[in-house]
Amino acid sequence: MHISEGVLSAPVLITGAAVCVAGVSIGLKKMDYDKLPKVAVLASVFFLASLIHIPIGLSSVHMILNGIAGLLLGWTVFPAILLAIALQAILFQFGGLTTLGVNTCNMAIPAILCYYFFREGVKSNKSWIMVASAFSCGFFSVLLTCIMVAIALALTGEAFLAAGQVAVLAHIPVMVTEGILTVSCVSFLRKVKPEMLETPYA
Amino acid sequence: MDIEEFAEGNSFLHRLDPRVKVIVAVSFSIVVATAIRHSIALSAFFLPAVVIIAARLDLTKVGWRLLIVNGFILFLWFFLPFTYPGHTVFSLGPLKASQEGINQALLITLKSNAIILACIAFLATSPIPKLVHALNRLYVPDKLVHLFLFCYRYVHVIHLEYHKLDHALKIRCFRPKTNLHTYRTYAYLVGVLLLRSYDRSNKIYNAMLCRGFKEKYWVLDYLCLKRSDIVLGMIMCFYIMGLILFQWLHRIQ
Repeated sequence: MHISEGVLSAPVLITGAAVCVAGVSIGLKKMDYDKLPKVAVLASVFFLASLIHIPIGLSSVHMILNGIAGLLLGWTVFPAILLAIALQAILFQFGGLTTLGVNTCNMAIPAILCYYFFREGVKSNKSWIMVASAFSCGFFSVLLTCIMVAIALALTGEAFLAAGQVAVLAHIPVMVTEGILTVSCVSFLRKVKPEMLETPYA
Repeated sequence: MDIEEFAEGNSFLHRLDPRVKVIVAVSFSIVVATAIRHSIALSAFFLPAVVIIAARLDLTKVGWRLLIVNGFILFLWFFLPFTYPGHTVFSLGPLKASQEGINQALLITLKSNAIILACIAFLATSPIPKLVHALNRLYVPDKLVHLFLFCYRYVHVIHLEYHKLDHALKIRCFRPKTNLHTYRTYAYLVGVLLLRSYDRSNKIYNAMLCRGFKEKYWVLDYLCLKRSDIVLGMIMCFYIMGLILFQWLHRIQ
């Protein structure tokens, strides 16, 4: 879910960078030094998750996991996602330097929204509430990311709108798989290490 | 895990001070990303291309990298010619391709590839820790720098953990398919990775406390600007300023 270099217009890039700087500084402010190793190690898990491919029909997709990242990290998800995306830009040239801000916002803002909307739900003792909120967390994190990508494209020029709309529609299977993954992952963590979900690291 | 394909080497590019590289890469990307003419985008190719050839990077690897990264651009080629209003060149059924749309897609392709080449030339040729030290010297906030160093350090450790789990799955004859079992297995795999990373991060912090960690992480580096760094940096900056001037002349015309 990376927008390449050279596509977006300057105002969109500048807005993205400004929002990203604001989000990252809030995240860093909320992260004390004792949380630093946790955020860093989880950021590397999210970077690696993007290398794991899972099959859908004839094709395959890589995990995005920004929903779970939001649940676990709270506001510190902003610097964590910035790092994961910067590593991808430097090592594999996916995304790039000028789009770093926009790409970070596209992933991190849905993650933070998921944190506020679903963090109570996934801790619920009623299993259907837990399943519903974990599924929506995975589903909506990807949906919102796609919508933000489409908005960034549409703000650059009306001609990009169709491409953005197709990108959102094409990612519906990804949203569903991400939802299923999040449900299983959250129920696993609840059984094995419930305190990971109890207190976000920030 | 070998993810730093271009970082090994002993050419002038590999020895160039990472601060110079970061500054050149960032300013080059910004100038090219905001270019509005094909001529500017084309002339931007010159700098990264010359540098990559002079540093004798593996050109087949660079070519493959470009191919993979151009996926998103290819996706735009399917839309832009048909959605951009303008003079019709050819039509496929009800769809009309416009000259302006094709020009726009071409411009994006040129800009994107020029920037990708510059990222390969200037960022991928330094090991990440050196780049992060350069960021530290360029006044990026301390916490972010430390986060970056830790994150990069543990990418390798967690990748090993992932390999262990992957082997365990293969030994048990796991074959990924499109079904619930596969998705649940992958979710548990990620769950175990998250769990182990959580435990490990506690150990890391305790180890830091044992060594007297007091809210200050010292970045040890030996960066020093040589005369060759300054000369090369100046030449590249002049080139980038030339691009800006070129762009500005186009605008006032």
